[in-house]
Amino acid sequence: MSTETMDLEQYADKARELLTAIEAGDREEVGQRLDELTRLRETELFREVGKLTRELHEALKTFRTDNRLGDLVATEIPDAQDRLNHVIELTENAAHRTLTALEESLETLSGIGSEGRELAAEWQRFRQREMAAPEFRELSKRMDDFFERLQRESDEVHGKLTDALMAQDYQDLTGQIIRRVMKLVKEVEDGLVSLISLSAPQRGTEERKAADNKTGEGTGDGTTLEGPQVPGHESDTAVSGQDEVDDLLSSLGF
Amino acid sequence: MKILIVDDFSTMRRIIKNLLRDLGYNNTAEADDGNTALPMLKKGGFDFLVTDWNMPGMDGLQLLKNVRAEEDLKTLPVLMVTAESKREQIIEAAQAGVNGYIVKPFTAATLKEKIDKIFERIESA
Repeated sequence: MSTETMDLEQYADKARELLTAIEAGDREEVGQRLDELTRLRETELFREVGKLTRELHEALKTFRTDNRLGDLVATEIPDAQDRLNHVIELTENAAHRTLTALEESLETLSGIGSEGRELAAEWQRFRQREMAAPEFRELSKRMDDFFERLQRESDEVHGKLTDALMAQDYQDLTGQIIRRVMKLVKEVEDGLVSLISLSAPQRGTEERKAADNKTGEGTGDGTTLEGPQVPGHESDTAVSGQDEVDDLLSSLGF
Repeated sequence: MKILIVDDFSTMRRIIKNLLRDLGYNNTAEADDGNTALPMLKKGGFDFLVTDWNMPGMDGLQLLKNVRAEEDLKTLPVLMVTAESKREQIIEAAQAGVNGYIVKPFTAATLKEKIDKIFERIESA
């Protein structure tokens, strides 16, 4: 017989005795039966409170041992904010770098274009024999200068467009940073799922297992890859630029 | 001169491809990780490998090790271009037999300098 059915039968017995006492008009007996009913109710309450206390205790114990979520909140979320701020900075710089390169290139090109059109018109006049000798000497000097300008400025435009090309490396760098933040978000999500599952233990284990699978990128032989360094969060052993890479490699005989 | 460019970000592959073209290397092919790159390399015909490190699937270090373990590929020049910038990683790549190491972000001049240096060394060897 289940506890609940037993409880209900006990209630029924007491209630019947109470009713008999009321019908008999026995006030003292009524009071006594009411007291008994109340006691029965209290016992049940205590049992429930006891059960809840035990569950809470277990939940707190499990939560304390699984403090990964605490770590995430204390250190990795602020760290992720810095990473995302760095992403904003990288994309902003890349956009400005690209725009500057394009603006300057456009200006250079329009300068070359307008001088080219002027010279073409003059050249047309010369071909149609509408130009006197002194004027032609002037024109040929201008054309020499223009050819020189063409070489110089096309090199400049080439350099600027290469810079615009290089600026697009932000997509790789920010992509790597965003992937790491996404991994963190997933880990927080798993942690929260496992927290919820503590209050509903019957469906907990699987989700908790998923949350326990700590993330960390491998390279197949134990090296943890860090991706781009984020200002303020540089690894102790990270180099600060290509020069240090070169120094390190040459110290190794490269 | 045929060059294989391996990076999981297509934008970075395009950047490197364009820079190489500027340097006069027009014959390039691309792969997005080591698993795609290795069979291409094994088929033969490549003279130079430019690879990222951190990639899903087979990463660049593993690719380098696999290349060095292949009889036909063990002398293939390999340039690593990666955001991984920890000293122990650079040393690890050097020990695995990398010929050059560039940290991202890099410049067009750095790429040219490293490639020139690699070929200089090969020619003088």
